[in-house]
Amino acid sequence: MFERKLSHKATLKATWAAAVAAVAGLAGLAPAEAADSVKVGLILPMTGGQASTGKQIENAIKLYMQQKGDTVAGKKVEIIVKDDGAVPDRTKTAAQELIVNDKVNFIAGFGVTPAALAAAPLATQAKIPEVVMAAGTSIITERSPYIVRTSFTLAQSSTIIGDWAVKNGIKKVATLTSDYAPGNDALNFFKQNFTAGGGEVVEEVKVPLQNPDFAPFLQRMKDAKPDAIFVFVPAGQGGNFMKQYAERGLDKAGIKVIGPGDVTDDDLLNNMGDAVLGTVTAHLYSAAHPSQMNKDFVAAYKKAFGNRPGFMAVGGYDGIHLIYEALKKTGGDTNGDKLIEAMKGQKWESPRGPISIDPETRDIVQNIYIRKVEKVDGELYNVEFATFQAVKDLGKTKK
Amino acid sequence: MTAILTNLFDGVAYGMLLFVLACGLAVTLGLMNFVNLAHGAFAMAGGYVCMVLVNLMGWPFFAALPLAFVSSAAIGIALERTLYRHLYTRSHLDQVLFTIGLTFMSVAAVDYIQGSSRVFINLPAALQGQFDLFGVGIGRYRLMIIVICGLLTVGLQMVLAKTRFGSRLRAAVDDPRAASGLGINVPQVFAFTFAFGCGLAGLGGALSAEILGLDPYFPLKFMIYFLIVVTVGGSSSITGPFLASLLLGIGDVAGKYYVPKMGPFVIYTMMIVILIWRPNGLFGRPAAR
Repeated sequence: MFERKLSHKATLKATWAAAVAAVAGLAGLAPAEAADSVKVGLILPMTGGQASTGKQIENAIKLYMQQKGDTVAGKKVEIIVKDDGAVPDRTKTAAQELIVNDKVNFIAGFGVTPAALAAAPLATQAKIPEVVMAAGTSIITERSPYIVRTSFTLAQSSTIIGDWAVKNGIKKVATLTSDYAPGNDALNFFKQNFTAGGGEVVEEVKVPLQNPDFAPFLQRMKDAKPDAIFVFVPAGQGGNFMKQYAERGLDKAGIKVIGPGDVTDDDLLNNMGDAVLGTVTAHLYSAAHPSQMNKDFVAAYKKAFGNRPGFMAVGGYDGIHLIYEALKKTGGDTNGDKLIEAMKGQKWESPRGPISIDPETRDIVQNIYIRKVEKVDGELYNVEFATFQAVKDLGKTKK
Repeated sequence: MTAILTNLFDGVAYGMLLFVLACGLAVTLGLMNFVNLAHGAFAMAGGYVCMVLVNLMGWPFFAALPLAFVSSAAIGIALERTLYRHLYTRSHLDQVLFTIGLTFMSVAAVDYIQGSSRVFINLPAALQGQFDLFGVGIGRYRLMIIVICGLLTVGLQMVLAKTRFGSRLRAAVDDPRAASGLGINVPQVFAFTFAFGCGLAGLGGALSAEILGLDPYFPLKFMIYFLIVVTVGGSSSITGPFLASLLLGIGDVAGKYYVPKMGPFVIYTMMIVILIWRPNGLFGRPAAR
């Protein structure tokens, strides 16, 4: 009886001890686990009109992690994807959830400018890096000291195409740009360089972002009889624009299309039809970029996902590369300030060519290529024929 | 002068397209008193059917158009028999919630199957480009739209006004109880009408891919335009939506051409002005039901 009582007590004690140990263990385990993995919260438009951007970036990141492995500096990299549908409110909610609940070490992605801006104050508050892989308005990196960008800015390509146009006999240009921040950036930077070189903008039309039919705008362009139209529409609308451009016979009227490369995004280029031939754009990436690295990248991407990578895919590929390199440099330390320090001044060879992160602005420095759409092996490609080396974001250097 | 004519031509083509897309909605909303916000989904279905047939299976474009009509009508009749008919007697709120849900499902389904990027239908060379008629640029494709839609409108009006089926339909709408008392099979008439409206939407979807662009978000993006056509036109006949479509099409094109800064708002401004002037739409009768 007594013995039994004792044993009962003992069991109870043992149970308690075990329970306490378990709790302690759990508590001890949690930080240990966190220390062994690095979480990247990827906020992308996976649905909605910008979904192709999101899919390309996600694919590119998957590809990178297949190629380079999912561990860096002894830590396992974990990607958590959230869909914001390119709606800034949802971006903010997603960023909050990722930071507070999932305790991510990076937020990344951001298909459109408003999304990148919506997350900026959260990155500042949480002191974690925000890696912008798609959005292209100049001001983004100025909104938080924790923002780095691996995509591009519209100023980079728009100023260059403006310079190129005046030097190549284009005197009168009509502009057609989507009426939102990146479109206005593209327009203003193009105008600034084009008119400074002696060119004249004869017609300026801003089209609504949700625009079903370009016909009336294009007719206006046609009647203005310019040498070329400068076009910026977000990736995805380019195909529709080019079709209607040809339907209206602007190609036969001798009016060329120039612009930043969004209108001839590799993602859609091949379906645009022959009307797009001869379109000259300035941009950061072409799937036809002749480097060996790019050939391998395009081949691997095509093999894995069945289509051609576009500039959005490259932004994602370089973005995850930058995260890997920063972790290598800090030896796996996930302190946000250290990571940002590590990212500044990084230089590497990307499928698009040599690029680096400007240590002062945390924005990307890259070559801008002038390309012309040509048929290569029966497919339409942007073939690069001139290169402007190491272009900084002129939107900021002017200040 | 030529610019005015070209714009008029573009506007008429755009308006005709809007009419074919929206007239099915005018029929279900006006004649059957059923709010079908999933109307655009049937248009999208037709567009994708046409795209698959032409691009992937090599059908000629003109052979694929009727099939776009038939397949959307078939989907329409299947859904009408299984789902929609249970909602005829329910409140408008139930109908709205149900059909908007259906729209979201269609968006997700097409996104899953076909991907989210915009698709185009490969057109025969004869339909591409423009030709000059006394200095007025006439787009071949737009001309074809005007011809097809014009014929359809005349045909529809004839069917509704002159045929036995037309009078049965009008009877069934005016007073379903008396109509069924007279031996008219009201559910059958409604099912047929619904399917026909869906078929028209399917045809419109196939025709609009070239001009409006076709992607999985088509039903949501253009729902507002369909609703504008129906509200402005009034939903008691098809003449109303027809004239409203033309007016909005021409207004939209002209607005974007002459005042590009105001362009996108012209269509809404017109709607507001017309509805202040005639709250039941241009040809609406005061709400009887």
